Amino acid sequence: MYDIAIVGGGCIGALTARELARYRLKTVVLEAASDVAAGASRANSGIVHAGFDAAEGSLKAKFNVLGNAMMETVCKELGVEYKNNASLVLAFDEEQENTLRELVERGKKNGVKGLEILNKEEVLRREPNVSKEVFAALYAPTGGIVCPFTLTIAAMGNAMDNGAELFTDFEVVAAEEQGDSVRLSAADGRSVNAKYVINCAGAGSQKVAELFGKANFTVHARKGEYILLDSSTAGYVKSTIFTVPTKAGKGVLVTPTTDGNTLIGPTSVEEETFDTSIRREGFDDILGKAKKMCDRLPLGETITSFAGVRAYSDRHDFVLEEGGERLFNAAGIESPGLTSSPAIGKYIAEKIADKFHAEKNSDFNPNRKSYAFFKKLSVEEKNKIIAENPEFGQIVCRCESVTLGEIREALTRNPRARTIDGIKLRTRAGMGRCQSGFCQPAQLELLMKEYGLRFDEVTKNGKKSFIIVGGEI
Amino acid sequence: MKRDLVIIGGGPAGLAAAIAAYDAGCKDVVIVERESAVGGVLKQCIHNGFGLTRFKENLTGPEYAHKFIDEAEKRNIETLTDTFVISLDDKKRVTCMNKSGIFTIEAKAVILAMGCRERSKGALNIAGTRPAGLFSAGTAQKYVNLKGWLPGKRVVILGSGDIGLIMARRMTLEGAKVLCVSEIMPYSSGLKRNIAQCLNDFNIPLYLEHTVVEIEGKERVTGVTLARVDENKRPIPGTEKHFDCDTVLFSVGLIPENELTKRAGISLDSRTKGAQVDGDRETQIEGIFACGNVLHVHDLVDFVSEEAETAGKSAARYVLEGERKKDYILTENGENTAYVLPQKLDRNKKEAQKLYFRVRAAFRNAEIVVDTGVAVKKFNKIAVAPGEMESVTLKAEEIASAKYVRISVNRRA
Repeated sequence: MYDIAIVGGGCIGALTARELARYRLKTVVLEAASDVAAGASRANSGIVHAGFDAAEGSLKAKFNVLGNAMMETVCKELGVEYKNNASLVLAFDEEQENTLRELVERGKKNGVKGLEILNKEEVLRREPNVSKEVFAALYAPTGGIVCPFTLTIAAMGNAMDNGAELFTDFEVVAAEEQGDSVRLSAADGRSVNAKYVINCAGAGSQKVAELFGKANFTVHARKGEYILLDSSTAGYVKSTIFTVPTKAGKGVLVTPTTDGNTLIGPTSVEEETFDTSIRREGFDDILGKAKKMCDRLPLGETITSFAGVRAYSDRHDFVLEEGGERLFNAAGIESPGLTSSPAIGKYIAEKIADKFHAEKNSDFNPNRKSYAFFKKLSVEEKNKIIAENPEFGQIVCRCESVTLGEIREALTRNPRARTIDGIKLRTRAGMGRCQSGFCQPAQLELLMKEYGLRFDEVTKNGKKSFIIVGGEI
Repeated sequence: MKRDLVIIGGGPAGLAAAIAAYDAGCKDVVIVERESAVGGVLKQCIHNGFGLTRFKENLTGPEYAHKFIDEAEKRNIETLTDTFVISLDDKKRVTCMNKSGIFTIEAKAVILAMGCRERSKGALNIAGTRPAGLFSAGTAQKYVNLKGWLPGKRVVILGSGDIGLIMARRMTLEGAKVLCVSEIMPYSSGLKRNIAQCLNDFNIPLYLEHTVVEIEGKERVTGVTLARVDENKRPIPGTEKHFDCDTVLFSVGLIPENELTKRAGISLDSRTKGAQVDGDRETQIEGIFACGNVLHVHDLVDFVSEEAETAGKSAARYVLEGERKKDYILTENGENTAYVLPQKLDRNKKEAQKLYFRVRAAFRNAEIVVDTGVAVKKFNKIAVAPGEMESVTLKAEEIASAKYVRISVNRRA
């Protein structure tokens, strides 16, 4: 019997699990996919928003500003890449500059610090690759970037290191009251009992809420497509570059990632389902908009494109409230959900600790070793580690210089990588220029060895996503 | 650690360069190889067709590689395997990492022989999903030939590069059904003999001027949609063809692996994506040479070996005698020529020099024009294609008097 079952291992579920680990509560996280960070937490812009965008008084505004203030510390504790690179919102004419002034006012009301409007020269001095057509820009010094999937994975890992449990491939299909608990069942027959359930199921959050009765919100899908450029483009832009929303629609952003890549996107398309395929017209949409914002886009360095689908609620604000006697809904967490996630996790955990009169967990350790710890060492320190463990001297992924030692850690530390994508998200192996062309066979063999699998049982990202389906020769 | 000559990469280029340098008198040579064995990509190229030019023999990739591995062993040339070069600087300091740690070799001369990698599917902006079952042709070749695992049973191949063509035959022979090869250009970038022996002989259709418009499948790929393209390479609506498949191979070009080159401060030629070199295959940094696919992508390993020998001899001479005084003229690509290599020629050099070039389009009845600014040489070719590298040799005196060398290719009536 668990005290708390969290449904969904995205950034909200993971950071909530971590915050709950600060109390003496027995927590389990149930994730429908084969790894955490499988939905919107895996494929988004990775922006730590300043907080001038959300409507005054909304939950989005509140948690955005709170989350923004927490992010640096949370990332430091969890060993996750974070950069306070500031944001710029570009205006291309006077009318758009007026919109910037409205954003400044809204930002001030939301409690965002340091907002100012820069003129054309100041913008171009800061960002020489921004289009010469720029008229003015809103400068938000508290804007930042974070790696969304390592934040999620590290938060879950830290929660697990502090006692939380994780079940993957556990899609909750039934919930029944059993005395003072709820029994949550997966399609394959597994079940867990918990006294209280937190619904952080993202795309599935309406369905999960409905297992407990009628839901008082609906969730809908909005797709965002992206193009990712190689880390050889590092420095192309330093800040995250937005444009003001116009009648013609929402613009895209051009941003560095914490790993030095350049990310362009997202589009914004209402969809019927949460399918993550990229539309044929998506590329023209992204590039058409980005070319108006920036000059000399290094598109020859494109290494991949992807889509993420956000679940937004019919309230167009976060749903953060009890959904019954044994249910708390954290649903419709669209942008700025990633930024808000540390604050949302803290808010939910405090509410629950209160409800359960939970004691503080004095053994809680907030710190976790970074997956990227080795890369940051000096040559002397690296040599010391290699002397102790020669696997750190063996490069597996050439493009991102990932060593066997680092992959071994991804396979063994919480939450363990069980798939090719699992290794990739933790170590960056396969995320570079060759997109795993060289290192996938080596990774596949490491997974075989680690989990005692046959070659045709290793998957890209779980379920039936087998790498080899043609059999042995 | 100090060495006379460090060769980065133990593939066909690195091996041939090491042997040539040794034979030219530079005995203190070390090859640094990131894999656990030398031989490079030839290890997985178990098909034949290697060595026809050089040895007049029809060899497999491993057989071709072993001719050089044996020669290197005879000379006791040192190879550091499982060793990854993490940086190279303009002072010819080569920093390596392996199981014993990170260490730096100070070299008198360096030969870049890192080869190339496949252009990935991600660079192509393809619509649809990102399921399992999408492989670069070389990765599939590694699975089939080195691991003995067949990636899938129903295969569509995108791009008609040589590795894709070879894999069309290879997977067919292993029991897979290869449904088609799709090529966006009006001609294949592969060798003519590969079109004949790998596609035509097995009745595998080649759709020219086609591209992929969508990939389908959630967990594993379930299908692809191709369409004909217009003159701007945009898909033409209404020309879609759908294929149910479980595997898609990409053979969409090779890119020289020049990350180390760039880090050393050597600028790249945007046409070849490799360093700019002279006839000795010396880069802009004295004592750093480049050869093989890291310099420009070759279609036959025989030419890689030949070029590597030039680089190896030149590096040995540099180690033994120091830098020569060079008097450069530039080479230029004229009409219908994509690039000419080397990019510059030394007029002081006392030997004939071979120039490699590639044409931009495939056509029959070609006239090759070599203009040196003082004389024009012409010769005819029955057919030329971008997939087949061409060459021309200029005598020492022709170069000594030249103002430049421009190579053009004309269509004859």
